[in-house]
Amino acid sequence: MLYLSIIITAIFINNIVFSQFLGICPFLGVSKRISSALGMGAAVTFVMTLATVVAWLLQTYILDPCGLQFLQTIVFILVIAFLVQLLEIVMKKSVPALYQALGVFLPLITTNCAVLGVAILVIQKEYNLLQSLTYGVSTAIGFTLALWIFAGIREQLELTAVPRGMRGVPLALISAGILAMAFMGFSGITIG
Amino acid sequence: MKKYLRLLYNGIIPANPVFVLLLGMCATLGTTSSALNGLMMGIATAAVLICSNAAISLLKNVIPDKVRIPAYIVIIATFVTVLQLAISAWMPALNASLGIFIPLIVVNCILLGRAEAFAGKNGVIASLIDGLGCGIGFIFALTLLGAVREFLGTGHIFGYEIYSEDYGMLIFVLAPGAFIALGYLIAIVSRLRGLSSNT
Repeated sequence: MLYLSIIITAIFINNIVFSQFLGICPFLGVSKRISSALGMGAAVTFVMTLATVVAWLLQTYILDPCGLQFLQTIVFILVIAFLVQLLEIVMKKSVPALYQALGVFLPLITTNCAVLGVAILVIQKEYNLLQSLTYGVSTAIGFTLALWIFAGIREQLELTAVPRGMRGVPLALISAGILAMAFMGFSGITIG
Repeated sequence: MKKYLRLLYNGIIPANPVFVLLLGMCATLGTTSSALNGLMMGIATAAVLICSNAAISLLKNVIPDKVRIPAYIVIIATFVTVLQLAISAWMPALNASLGIFIPLIVVNCILLGRAEAFAGKNGVIASLIDGLGCGIGFIFALTLLGAVREFLGTGHIFGYEIYSEDYGMLIFVLAPGAFIALGYLIAIVSRLRGLSSNT
Protein backbone atom coordinates (compact mmCIF):
# COMPACT_ATOMS: atom_id res chain seq x y z
CA MET A 1 0.00 0.00 0.00
CA LEU A 2 2.87 2.34 0.89
CA TYR A 3 4.46 1.78 -2.50
CA LEU A 4 1.20 2.40 -4.34
CA SER A 5 0.83 5.61 -2.37
CA ILE A 6 4.37 6.70 -3.33
CA ILE A 7 3.68 5.96 -6.99
CA ILE A 8 0.33 7.78 -7.21
CA THR A 9 1.60 10.74 -5.18
CA ALA A 10 4.73 11.18 -7.29
CA ILE A 11 2.96 10.86 -10.64
CA PHE A 12 -0.26 12.79 -10.06
CA ILE A 13 -0.70 14.50 -6.71
CA ASN A 14 2.76 16.01 -6.26
CA ASN A 15 3.74 16.03 -9.92
CA ILE A 16 7.36 17.11 -10.13
CA VAL A 17 6.68 19.81 -12.71
CA PHE A 18 3.27 21.13 -11.77
CA SER A 19 3.44 21.18 -8.02
CA GLN A 20 7.14 21.02 -7.11
CA PHE A 21 8.51 23.27 -9.86
CA LEU A 22 11.47 21.07 -10.66
CA GLY A 23 12.69 20.41 -14.19
CA ILE A 24 11.04 23.52 -15.66
CA CYS A 25 13.92 24.27 -18.06
CA PRO A 26 13.59 21.04 -20.09
CA PHE A 27 9.83 21.26 -19.62
CA LEU A 28 9.77 24.57 -21.50
CA GLY A 29 12.73 23.83 -23.75
CA VAL A 30 11.97 20.41 -25.21
CA SER A 31 8.19 20.45 -25.31
CA LYS A 32 7.64 21.73 -28.81
CA ARG A 33 7.24 18.31 -30.45
CA ILE A 34 5.68 15.17 -28.96
CA SER A 35 8.50 12.99 -30.32
CA SER A 36 11.29 15.01 -28.68
CA ALA A 37 9.26 15.29 -25.47
CA LEU A 38 9.04 11.50 -25.26
CA GLY A 39 12.76 11.16 -26.02
CA MET A 40 13.62 13.59 -23.23
CA GLY A 41 11.23 11.79 -20.90
CA ALA A 42 12.90 8.45 -21.58
CA ALA A 43 16.39 9.88 -21.04
CA VAL A 44 15.34 11.52 -17.76
CA THR A 45 13.69 8.30 -16.55
CA PHE A 46 16.91 6.44 -17.22
CA VAL A 47 19.21 8.91 -15.48
CA MET A 48 16.87 9.75 -12.62
CA THR A 49 16.38 6.11 -11.63
CA LEU A 50 20.10 5.40 -11.72
CA ALA A 51 21.09 8.67 -10.02
CA THR A 52 18.59 8.23 -7.19
CA VAL A 53 19.85 4.73 -6.39
CA VAL A 54 23.54 5.65 -6.62
CA ALA A 55 23.06 8.83 -4.58
CA TRP A 56 21.12 6.90 -1.93
CA LEU A 57 23.86 4.27 -1.67
CA LEU A 58 26.56 6.92 -1.42
CA GLN A 59 24.67 8.84 1.24
CA THR A 60 23.92 5.75 3.35
CA TYR A 61 27.22 3.93 3.10
CA ILE A 62 29.78 6.71 2.69
CA LEU A 63 28.53 10.17 3.67
CA ASP A 64 26.48 9.22 6.76
CA PRO A 65 29.02 6.88 8.45
CA CYS A 66 31.85 9.36 7.85
CA GLY A 67 29.83 12.37 9.05
CA LEU A 68 30.25 14.10 5.71
CA GLN A 69 26.61 15.12 5.16
CA PHE A 70 27.66 18.67 4.34
CA LEU A 71 29.32 17.39 1.15
CA GLN A 72 25.94 16.13 -0.11
CA THR A 73 25.35 18.81 -2.74
CA ILE A 74 28.84 18.59 -4.23
CA VAL A 75 28.93 14.78 -4.25
CA PHE A 76 25.46 14.42 -5.76
CA ILE A 77 26.01 16.87 -8.61
CA LEU A 78 29.30 15.19 -9.46
CA VAL A 79 27.66 11.76 -9.38
CA ILE A 80 24.96 12.95 -11.75
CA ALA A 81 27.45 14.58 -14.13
CA PHE A 82 29.57 11.41 -14.03
CA LEU A 83 26.59 9.12 -14.62
CA VAL A 84 25.43 11.14 -17.59
CA GLN A 85 28.90 11.01 -19.14
CA LEU A 86 29.21 7.29 -18.45
CA LEU A 87 25.78 6.55 -19.90
CA GLU A 88 26.63 8.51 -23.00
CA ILE A 89 29.85 6.53 -23.57
CA VAL A 90 28.30 3.15 -22.79
CA MET A 91 25.23 3.74 -24.93
CA LYS A 92 27.29 4.98 -27.86
CA LYS A 93 29.26 1.70 -27.86
CA SER A 94 26.63 -0.86 -26.92
CA VAL A 95 23.19 0.44 -27.96
CA PRO A 96 23.80 2.85 -30.83
CA ALA A 97 20.10 2.88 -31.76
CA LEU A 98 19.06 4.12 -28.33
CA TYR A 99 21.97 6.56 -28.33
CA GLN A 100 20.75 7.99 -31.64
CA ALA A 101 17.32 8.49 -30.13
CA LEU A 102 18.36 9.96 -26.76
CA GLY A 103 21.81 11.33 -27.63
CA VAL A 104 20.98 15.02 -27.89
CA PHE A 105 19.04 15.05 -24.63
CA LEU A 106 21.63 13.36 -22.44
CA PRO A 107 24.06 16.27 -21.85
CA LEU A 108 21.08 18.50 -20.98
CA ILE A 109 20.16 16.27 -18.06
CA THR A 110 23.19 17.26 -15.96
CA THR A 111 21.61 20.65 -15.36
CA ASN A 112 18.10 19.26 -14.94
CA CYS A 113 17.23 20.19 -11.39
CA ALA A 114 14.62 17.44 -11.19
CA VAL A 115 17.36 14.79 -11.09
CA LEU A 116 19.35 16.45 -8.29
CA GLY A 117 16.08 17.42 -6.59
CA VAL A 118 14.82 13.84 -6.42
CA ALA A 119 18.19 12.57 -5.17
CA ILE A 120 18.07 15.10 -2.31
CA LEU A 121 14.35 14.58 -1.62
CA VAL A 122 14.63 10.83 -1.04
CA ILE A 123 17.32 11.52 1.56
CA GLN A 124 15.17 14.19 3.23
CA LYS A 125 12.14 11.88 3.28
CA GLU A 126 14.31 9.12 4.79
CA TYR A 127 13.16 6.50 2.32
CA ASN A 128 14.83 3.09 2.21
CA LEU A 129 16.44 1.84 -1.00
CA LEU A 130 13.34 0.23 -2.51
CA GLN A 131 11.16 3.22 -1.64
CA SER A 132 13.76 5.54 -3.17
CA LEU A 133 13.82 3.47 -6.34
CA THR A 134 10.00 3.54 -6.52
CA TYR A 135 9.96 7.28 -5.91
CA GLY A 136 12.64 7.91 -8.56
CA VAL A 137 10.90 5.86 -11.23
CA SER A 138 7.43 7.26 -10.57
CA THR A 139 8.68 10.86 -10.43
CA ALA A 140 10.33 10.31 -13.80
CA ILE A 141 7.07 8.89 -15.16
CA GLY A 142 5.25 11.94 -13.82
CA PHE A 143 7.79 14.18 -15.55
CA THR A 144 7.38 12.31 -18.84
CA LEU A 145 3.60 12.50 -18.54
CA ALA A 146 3.70 16.26 -17.93
CA LEU A 147 6.09 16.79 -20.84
CA TRP A 148 3.99 14.61 -23.14
CA ILE A 149 0.66 16.33 -22.39
CA PHE A 150 2.26 19.75 -22.62
CA ALA A 151 3.95 18.98 -25.96
CA GLY A 152 0.57 17.96 -27.34
CA ILE A 153 -0.93 21.26 -26.22
CA ARG A 154 1.97 23.30 -27.62
CA GLU A 155 1.68 21.66 -31.03
CA GLN A 156 -1.87 23.00 -31.16
CA LEU A 157 -0.93 26.40 -29.72
CA GLU A 158 1.44 27.05 -32.60
CA LEU A 159 -1.50 27.09 -34.96
CA THR A 160 -3.38 29.80 -33.10
CA ALA A 161 -3.13 33.53 -33.66
CA VAL A 162 -2.03 35.31 -30.47
CA PRO A 163 -0.87 38.88 -29.70
CA ARG A 164 2.82 39.44 -30.41
CA GLY A 165 3.96 39.85 -26.81
CA MET A 166 2.24 36.62 -25.76
CA ARG A 167 3.80 34.48 -28.44
CA GLY A 168 6.17 31.70 -27.38
CA VAL A 169 7.14 31.34 -23.74
CA PRO A 170 4.47 33.56 -22.07
CA LEU A 171 1.64 31.63 -23.71
CA ALA A 172 3.35 28.34 -22.89
CA LEU A 173 3.67 29.35 -19.23
CA ILE A 174 0.03 30.36 -18.97
CA SER A 175 -1.06 27.08 -20.58
CA ALA A 176 1.18 25.25 -18.11
CA GLY A 177 -0.59 27.14 -15.32
CA ILE A 178 -3.99 25.96 -16.52
CA LEU A 179 -2.65 22.42 -16.85
CA ALA A 180 -1.28 22.67 -13.30
CA MET A 181 -4.76 23.69 -12.15
CA ALA A 182 -6.10 20.52 -13.74
CA PHE A 183 -3.47 18.50 -11.89
CA MET A 184 -4.56 20.14 -8.62
CA GLY A 185 -7.76 18.14 -9.01
CA PHE A 186 -5.78 15.05 -8.07
CA SER A 187 -4.91 16.48 -4.66
CA GLY A 188 -8.14 15.12 -3.19
CA ILE A 189 -6.97 11.54 -3.66
CA THR A 190 -5.97 9.74 -0.49
CA ILE A 191 -4.53 6.25 -0.46
CA GLY A 192 -4.32 3.86 2.45
CA MET B 1 34.09 53.15 -15.24
CA LYS B 2 31.52 53.59 -17.97
CA LYS B 3 32.18 50.04 -19.12
CA TYR B 4 31.41 48.70 -15.64
CA LEU B 5 28.22 50.71 -15.37
CA ARG B 6 27.08 49.31 -18.70
CA LEU B 7 27.87 45.79 -17.49
CA LEU B 8 25.86 46.38 -14.33
CA TYR B 9 22.90 47.83 -16.22
CA ASN B 10 22.98 45.08 -18.83
CA GLY B 11 22.26 42.33 -16.29
CA ILE B 12 19.42 44.25 -14.68
CA ILE B 13 17.23 45.26 -17.62
CA PRO B 14 18.29 44.37 -21.21
CA ALA B 15 19.55 40.89 -20.34
CA ASN B 16 17.47 40.20 -17.24
CA PRO B 17 18.09 36.54 -16.41
CA VAL B 18 14.45 35.71 -15.75
CA PHE B 19 12.33 37.95 -17.96
CA VAL B 20 14.59 38.03 -21.02
CA LEU B 21 17.01 35.09 -20.91
CA LEU B 22 14.48 32.76 -19.25
CA LEU B 23 17.09 31.14 -17.01
CA GLY B 24 16.62 29.76 -13.54
CA MET B 25 12.92 29.13 -13.95
CA CYS B 26 12.60 26.43 -11.27
CA ALA B 27 13.74 28.68 -8.44
CA THR B 28 11.78 31.59 -9.90
CA LEU B 29 8.51 29.66 -9.85
CA GLY B 30 9.15 27.59 -6.75
CA THR B 31 10.14 30.23 -4.22
CA THR B 32 8.01 33.25 -5.05
CA SER B 33 4.87 32.50 -3.07
CA SER B 34 5.50 35.80 -1.25
CA ALA B 35 7.59 38.89 -1.95
CA LEU B 36 9.87 38.21 1.02
CA ASN B 37 10.61 34.64 -0.06
CA GLY B 38 11.36 35.85 -3.58
CA LEU B 39 13.68 38.57 -2.26
CA MET B 40 15.53 36.13 -0.01
CA MET B 41 15.96 33.54 -2.73
CA GLY B 42 17.18 36.29 -5.06
CA ILE B 43 19.74 37.45 -2.51
CA ALA B 44 20.93 33.88 -1.87
CA THR B 45 21.39 33.19 -5.58
CA ALA B 46 23.05 36.57 -6.19
CA ALA B 47 25.52 35.93 -3.36
CA VAL B 48 26.55 32.60 -4.87
CA LEU B 49 26.70 34.14 -8.35
CA ILE B 50 29.00 36.97 -7.30
CA CYS B 51 31.34 34.63 -5.37
CA SER B 52 31.45 31.96 -8.08
CA ASN B 53 31.99 34.54 -10.83
CA ALA B 54 34.92 36.04 -8.93
CA ALA B 55 36.46 32.66 -8.04
CA ILE B 56 36.13 31.29 -11.57
CA SER B 57 37.61 34.45 -13.03
CA LEU B 58 40.59 34.16 -10.66
CA LEU B 59 41.12 30.49 -11.50
CA LYS B 60 40.49 30.71 -15.23
CA ASN B 61 44.17 30.35 -16.16
CA VAL B 62 44.63 27.32 -13.90
CA ILE B 63 41.61 25.33 -15.01
CA PRO B 64 42.34 23.19 -18.10
CA ASP B 65 39.94 23.94 -20.92
CA LYS B 66 38.73 20.35 -21.32
CA VAL B 67 37.45 19.93 -17.78
CA ARG B 68 36.24 23.48 -17.26
CA ILE B 69 32.52 22.62 -16.93
CA PRO B 70 32.99 20.06 -14.10
CA ALA B 71 35.44 22.46 -12.45
CA TYR B 72 32.89 25.30 -12.62
CA ILE B 73 30.21 23.02 -11.16
CA VAL B 74 32.44 22.06 -8.23
CA ILE B 75 33.27 25.72 -7.52
CA ILE B 76 29.58 26.66 -7.63
CA ALA B 77 28.59 23.66 -5.48
CA THR B 78 31.18 24.66 -2.89
CA PHE B 79 29.74 28.16 -2.54
CA VAL B 80 26.22 26.73 -2.41
CA THR B 81 27.26 24.40 0.42
CA VAL B 82 28.77 27.30 2.35
CA LEU B 83 25.54 29.27 1.88
CA GLN B 84 23.41 26.28 2.84
CA LEU B 85 25.32 25.81 6.10
CA ALA B 86 25.18 29.53 6.87
CA ILE B 87 21.44 29.77 6.25
CA SER B 88 20.57 26.65 8.24
CA ALA B 89 22.65 27.93 11.15
CA TRP B 90 21.55 31.56 11.26
CA MET B 91 18.16 31.63 9.56
CA PRO B 92 16.37 28.31 10.22
CA ALA B 93 12.97 29.81 9.32
CA LEU B 94 14.22 30.87 5.90
CA ASN B 95 15.81 27.46 5.44
CA ALA B 96 12.43 25.83 6.08
CA SER B 97 10.53 28.05 3.65
CA LEU B 98 13.03 27.81 0.78
CA GLY B 99 13.69 24.14 1.49
CA ILE B 100 15.15 22.14 -1.34
CA PHE B 101 15.68 25.19 -3.54
CA ILE B 102 18.82 26.21 -1.63
CA PRO B 103 20.88 23.14 -2.68
CA LEU B 104 19.29 23.40 -6.10
CA ILE B 105 21.01 26.75 -6.69
CA VAL B 106 23.81 24.50 -8.02
CA VAL B 107 21.80 23.60 -11.09
CA ASN B 108 20.48 27.11 -11.65
CA CYS B 109 21.44 27.75 -15.28
CA ILE B 110 22.29 31.41 -14.55
CA LEU B 111 25.38 30.45 -12.55
CA LEU B 112 26.89 28.08 -15.07
CA GLY B 113 25.75 30.35 -17.89
CA ARG B 114 27.57 33.40 -16.50
CA ALA B 115 30.64 31.30 -15.65
CA GLU B 116 30.86 29.95 -19.18
CA ALA B 117 29.86 33.13 -21.03
CA PHE B 118 31.61 35.74 -18.93
CA ALA B 119 33.74 34.84 -15.91
CA GLY B 120 35.84 32.28 -17.79
CA LYS B 121 36.96 34.96 -20.23
CA ASN B 122 37.14 38.22 -18.29
CA GLY B 123 39.01 39.81 -15.40
CA VAL B 124 38.03 39.65 -11.74
CA ILE B 125 36.52 43.13 -11.39
CA ALA B 126 34.48 42.84 -14.57
CA SER B 127 33.26 39.39 -13.47
CA LEU B 128 32.29 40.72 -10.05
CA ILE B 129 30.31 43.55 -11.65
CA ASP B 130 28.70 41.14 -14.10
CA GLY B 131 27.70 38.87 -11.23
CA LEU B 132 26.34 41.83 -9.30
CA GLY B 133 24.30 43.05 -12.30
CA CYS B 134 22.83 39.64 -13.04
CA GLY B 135 22.24 39.08 -9.34
CA ILE B 136 20.34 42.36 -8.99
CA GLY B 137 18.34 41.49 -12.11
CA PHE B 138 17.45 38.12 -10.58
CA ILE B 139 16.53 39.68 -7.21
CA PHE B 140 14.39 42.25 -9.00
CA ALA B 141 12.56 39.61 -11.03
CA LEU B 142 11.91 37.30 -8.08
CA THR B 143 10.76 40.10 -5.79
CA LEU B 144 8.44 41.47 -8.47
CA LEU B 145 6.92 38.07 -9.16
CA GLY B 146 6.63 37.35 -5.44
CA ALA B 147 4.94 40.72 -4.82
CA VAL B 148 2.46 40.21 -7.67
CA ARG B 149 1.56 36.73 -6.45
CA GLU B 150 1.28 37.81 -2.83
CA PHE B 151 -0.82 40.85 -3.78
CA LEU B 152 -3.24 38.93 -5.99
CA GLY B 153 -3.34 35.91 -3.71
CA THR B 154 -3.64 37.38 -0.24
CA GLY B 155 -3.91 41.16 -0.63
CA HIS B 156 -0.60 41.73 1.13
CA ILE B 157 2.78 42.97 -0.10
CA PHE B 158 5.76 42.11 2.14
CA GLY B 159 3.17 41.23 4.77
CA TYR B 160 1.49 44.68 4.72
CA GLU B 161 -2.22 44.52 4.07
CA ILE B 162 -3.42 46.34 0.94
CA TYR B 163 -6.89 44.84 0.83
CA SER B 164 -8.64 42.19 2.87
CA GLU B 165 -7.39 38.65 2.49
CA ASP B 166 -11.00 37.48 2.01
CA TYR B 167 -10.97 38.89 -1.52
CA GLY B 168 -7.64 37.34 -2.48
CA MET B 169 -7.40 34.76 -5.26
CA LEU B 170 -5.72 31.89 -3.48
CA ILE B 171 -4.73 30.24 -6.76
CA PHE B 172 -1.93 32.80 -7.21
CA VAL B 173 -0.16 31.61 -4.08
CA LEU B 174 -0.49 27.99 -5.23
CA ALA B 175 1.40 26.31 -8.05
CA PRO B 176 -0.77 27.20 -11.09
CA GLY B 177 -0.70 30.91 -10.21
CA ALA B 178 3.09 30.90 -10.42
CA PHE B 179 3.04 29.82 -14.04
CA ILE B 180 0.25 32.24 -14.97
CA ALA B 181 1.73 35.27 -13.18
CA LEU B 182 5.20 34.66 -14.66
CA GLY B 183 3.67 34.17 -18.14
CA TYR B 184 1.93 37.54 -17.96
CA LEU B 185 5.00 39.30 -16.51
CA ILE B 186 7.21 37.98 -19.35
CA ALA B 187 4.56 39.01 -21.88
CA ILE B 188 4.44 42.54 -20.40
CA VAL B 189 8.24 42.86 -20.34
CA SER B 190 8.64 41.66 -23.91
CA ARG B 191 5.84 44.02 -25.02
CA LEU B 192 7.62 46.91 -23.27
CA ARG B 193 10.86 45.99 -24.96
CA GLY B 194 9.01 46.09 -28.27
CA LEU B 195 10.14 42.61 -29.16
CA SER B 196 8.36 39.33 -29.49
CA SER B 197 10.17 36.42 -27.94
CA ASN B 198 10.21 33.79 -30.61
CA THR B 199 11.62 30.90 -28.63
